[in-house]
Amino acid sequence: MQPDVALERERRRERRRTARWAGKGLAYLPPVLALVSGLILWEAAVRLFDVPRYLLPPPSEIIAAARSDAGALLGVHSRVTLMVAAAGLGCSVAAGVILGALIHRVQWLRQTLYPLLVISQTIPVIVLVPLLVVWFGYGLTPKLIIVAIVCFFPVAVAVVDGLDRADGRLVKLVRSMGASPGQIFWKVNVPSAAPSLFTGLRVAATYAVMAAVVSEWMGADQGLGVYIARSARSFRIDRVFAGVVLVSVYSVIAFWLVDALRKKALPWERLLSDHTNGRGEAGTRK
Amino acid sequence: MSVKARELAVYDIHKSFPFGAGRLDTLAGITFAAGAGEFVSIVGPSGCGKSTLLEIVCGLIEADRGTITIDGVRPATLVGQVAYMPQNDLLFPWRRVIDNVALPLEIAGVDRGTARREAAALFRLFGLEGFENAYPAELSGGMRQRAALMRTFLTRKGIVALDEPFGALDAHTRRKMQQWLAGVSAELGATILLVTHDVEEALILSDRVVVLSPRPARVVREFPVPLPRPRSILDPAFVRLKGEILSCLDAEETLEREVVAHDRK
Repeated sequence: MQPDVALERERRRERRRTARWAGKGLAYLPPVLALVSGLILWEAAVRLFDVPRYLLPPPSEIIAAARSDAGALLGVHSRVTLMVAAAGLGCSVAAGVILGALIHRVQWLRQTLYPLLVISQTIPVIVLVPLLVVWFGYGLTPKLIIVAIVCFFPVAVAVVDGLDRADGRLVKLVRSMGASPGQIFWKVNVPSAAPSLFTGLRVAATYAVMAAVVSEWMGADQGLGVYIARSARSFRIDRVFAGVVLVSVYSVIAFWLVDALRKKALPWERLLSDHTNGRGEAGTRK
Repeated sequence: MSVKARELAVYDIHKSFPFGAGRLDTLAGITFAAGAGEFVSIVGPSGCGKSTLLEIVCGLIEADRGTITIDGVRPATLVGQVAYMPQNDLLFPWRRVIDNVALPLEIAGVDRGTARREAAALFRLFGLEGFENAYPAELSGGMRQRAALMRTFLTRKGIVALDEPFGALDAHTRRKMQQWLAGVSAELGATILLVTHDVEEALILSDRVVVLSPRPARVVREFPVPLPRPRSILDPAFVRLKGEILSCLDAEETLEREVVAHDRK
């Protein structure tokens, strides 16, 4: 038995290596090429048609503006915005996980709260800003609330969906072992929900930076949102772009961080997607 | 592994399911027994209710009528009394093999370290040595099935119910698995109930074969298998017994077709 066991393992390892290799090299090249050629076109067009700088500066001037403001941009402004984004995200994850679990377990909450939760998403966060200012003033609290409201929904929905998705056959199996409802929840539902939670978290993390920027528009004196708004008011479009690019860079980093965390926390997912091409949702293959 | 094999007696089990406007009779009075340490196979045509019977024995669904006793006593609940292995391997993809097989011990309240140690001792017997820390997705089909079997035996219930455990495997792997299980089943020291539609598999493995009729299922006949082990599928006595069981199954199916034909007229 031993030789064919070792062979099987080696074969699978080999397949994984080649799959990962092919995936990486190709995936990053096309968007990078498209971005670079787009920037070159932009630069050329602005110079060729002599577009006024207060309407659209060329990329080279945006880079120059970013460089000259780098200290403030990467320093105090980034620090304030990222702090709000991280703290708001933290609150929304805690609230989303708790409420998601409650909706999964308690039938009447599912019937009453879940539809309302979905409907609440049709309210644009922007219209809440004046209300929050009236209630909480200009401090940290209303900003955290904005971020938490934006990020809460994807987390809560992902948790409910993930917990519901547990394989009924696994539930049956542990029930035959005499498992209690609590054991079924912790040993089957919770691990089944983990991939889904990370998917929701990925969406929430990218929203968090954006929401933190928006929250600063209701009144603040530091942060990337403040920097962008001030630059716009003084027609420094080059600085506006510099701020916007930095915000999207932070969003992408947040996205990567969540994915890196997911790889670390769910090492088995990689193995599943190798030969099922799925996104590695929990469940058994035939 | 020291498990005390227990005795199982199934008496007059009836079960029907809602079907359209009426009910579909699935089991129509199943009676059989498996002595302590005995290996009993249940064969029958597909769709005859074999899996339903097993789920009843494991307490996953309730019978409409009938009793099941273990060591002569009717337990308050059957849930958790019999180790159940469903048709698919159903390993948890997020658990390493060792934690998959130790799961029943964890559920029984054994702490993780002890559970792992106890499970680790069985890896050699199940041919999975060196794969303790692999994930199920890294194993071949036969290995996954052995891991699922190991998990089933680690429930330490004394009675093990296997529902077509090798059904999803290719013919070659299935034959190897049957030979392997034939070799280790005595060592495992449990009463084993195997549901299968494969007569040859039943004959290689069991002490006794119970033949069920098509739905609604009844016990048609029981065949003791007095052949010495290890058994060969080419042994004339084996072939003769296989022929007898097959013709018993065929006779039942022909009968069913005639009844259906008669009803249509």
